[in-house]
Amino acid sequence: MALDVDLRAQAPIPLDLGFRVAPGEIMALVGPSGSGKTTILRAIAGLWRPEAGRVAVGAEVWLDSARRRWLPPHRRRTGLVFQNYALFPHMTALGNVMAAMDDPTPDGAARILGLVNLGGMDARRPAELSGGQQQRVALARALARRPLALLLDEPFSAVDRATRVRLHEEVLALRAHLSMPVLLVTHDLSEAERLADRIAVIEQGRIVAEGAAHAILSDAAALRVLGLEDAISILPALVAAHLPGGLTRLEGPTGPLLVPALALPAGARVQLRVRSADVLLSRSPVTGLSSPTVLAARIEALTPGQGALLVRLRAGASVISCRLPLSGAQVLGLSPGEAVHAVLTDPVVTELPG
Amino acid sequence: MDWTALGLSLRLAGWTVALLLPVSVLVGRLLAYRRFAGKGVVEALVMLPLVLPPTVFGFYLLLAFGRGAPFGDLWQGLVGRPLVFSFEGLVLASVIFNLPFAIQPAQRGFQAIPPEVREAAACCGMSPLRALWHIELPLAWPGVMTAMVLTFAHTLGEFGIVLMVGGSIPGETKTIAISIYDRVQAFDNRGAGIMSAVLVAISLAAITLTYALSARVGRRLG
Repeated sequence: MALDVDLRAQAPIPLDLGFRVAPGEIMALVGPSGSGKTTILRAIAGLWRPEAGRVAVGAEVWLDSARRRWLPPHRRRTGLVFQNYALFPHMTALGNVMAAMDDPTPDGAARILGLVNLGGMDARRPAELSGGQQQRVALARALARRPLALLLDEPFSAVDRATRVRLHEEVLALRAHLSMPVLLVTHDLSEAERLADRIAVIEQGRIVAEGAAHAILSDAAALRVLGLEDAISILPALVAAHLPGGLTRLEGPTGPLLVPALALPAGARVQLRVRSADVLLSRSPVTGLSSPTVLAARIEALTPGQGALLVRLRAGASVISCRLPLSGAQVLGLSPGEAVHAVLTDPVVTELPG
Repeated sequence: MDWTALGLSLRLAGWTVALLLPVSVLVGRLLAYRRFAGKGVVEALVMLPLVLPPTVFGFYLLLAFGRGAPFGDLWQGLVGRPLVFSFEGLVLASVIFNLPFAIQPAQRGFQAIPPEVREAAACCGMSPLRALWHIELPLAWPGVMTAMVLTFAHTLGEFGIVLMVGGSIPGETKTIAISIYDRVQAFDNRGAGIMSAVLVAISLAAITLTYALSARVGRRLG
């Protein structure tokens, strides 16, 4: 069942947004602090009541201000993982998980703890667990509720980097068990990109950009909201052949694409990531450059930025953001619709699974 | 040694604790979590018995409990017995003057629970009553326990209000504190000394018990 959210409020934080999360889909809400991300989760869980709005999972309506319907939090089947976990300090890991179960049994709770790789820690109290372990207990407790919507409020922000990376992998591995809509609040765009199917960028209680990770990363306006200067474009490609002279030919969105030799078999799926400042444009075909990676593209839009011209390029189904120094842009005299050759000077190629 | 007075004092303290335990939990929790108009006034009223001279407080209670006062007459009409100079009157006075001791520590105990822990209880599907029983009370328990021990010890030692409201009727309103005063008036310093020592021992034991229990809870919560 999909989660439908529609929220309006003036105070204490302005909110005016709506979105839908499909079953099994992970949607990330990213935005600067104070943008209302956490408040959205609290409104869904029933911990905060907006002035107007509607929250429903499938046919189950938790909030509908038009019909004066409001369910208190304990009657909503949500699994909420709090930023600092909010475990029950007087209960063991097992007790914490059992507290959220409809028919609590030690065996059932132990099974859920096993799911988050916390077997053998059943009898420990939160104070005796590391940050990463507490985080796992919090996730297990949220899942033990058999939630119709899983809400994660910056769940990985309080652990060290290495633990965070491991937890990300575990959450991805856990996805097969997650058939409900999942909302992830984070201020870390790379975390959102890693875990989420879709990203919504929130600013002052509004969604200013929404879409797949690669679309958000190449959206300069959305990135500015997040305090990031540089857009990152992501291009899908297939490894086609290895060429003599230390090059690999990829099949890119608009034809062949040469990159420095890759140690991947032909047919492997890869993605290229390139920062907007690392894209050069040329009107005529170019060869003999130090960077071999050139692809044909068309100019979609030109936006003047601070000391730079932001160019949005279309290459097949992909969008490439390009940031040109104003002087260079003036020399070229670019206009929308024009065909250009984009030189990617420093693309990072990573293999995609499957 | 006036065993009747000691028994009466223990009975009075027991009743006071039993009646104040739910008040302590409910009002302490209310003041800890809720914001409402006039909350400051309520908190000040709760603290009033702490700052008023016991004789002044006892005097007002005596007036309120007495014949001719609405409350005193209501009680007489319902129970058929006057409230002043009776054990029931003493219990009621004791409940009122122990309000700050019963509510303040409990309030602090509930306040010490992180709000998100209470929210987590709701998100785990616990109704407010289940959350109170399974989450809030176990966590606020040191505060509630302190409140009850303070109430118990304070009731044993209260003198001014008991004398004003109860008089000194043996077996009915003559508590151990008043008995000690009587012994001293009768130049029986030995009797007063023994009873004082017993009172000190009971109070000390009660305080030690709370500290030991709080320390155990503290260790458990890390």
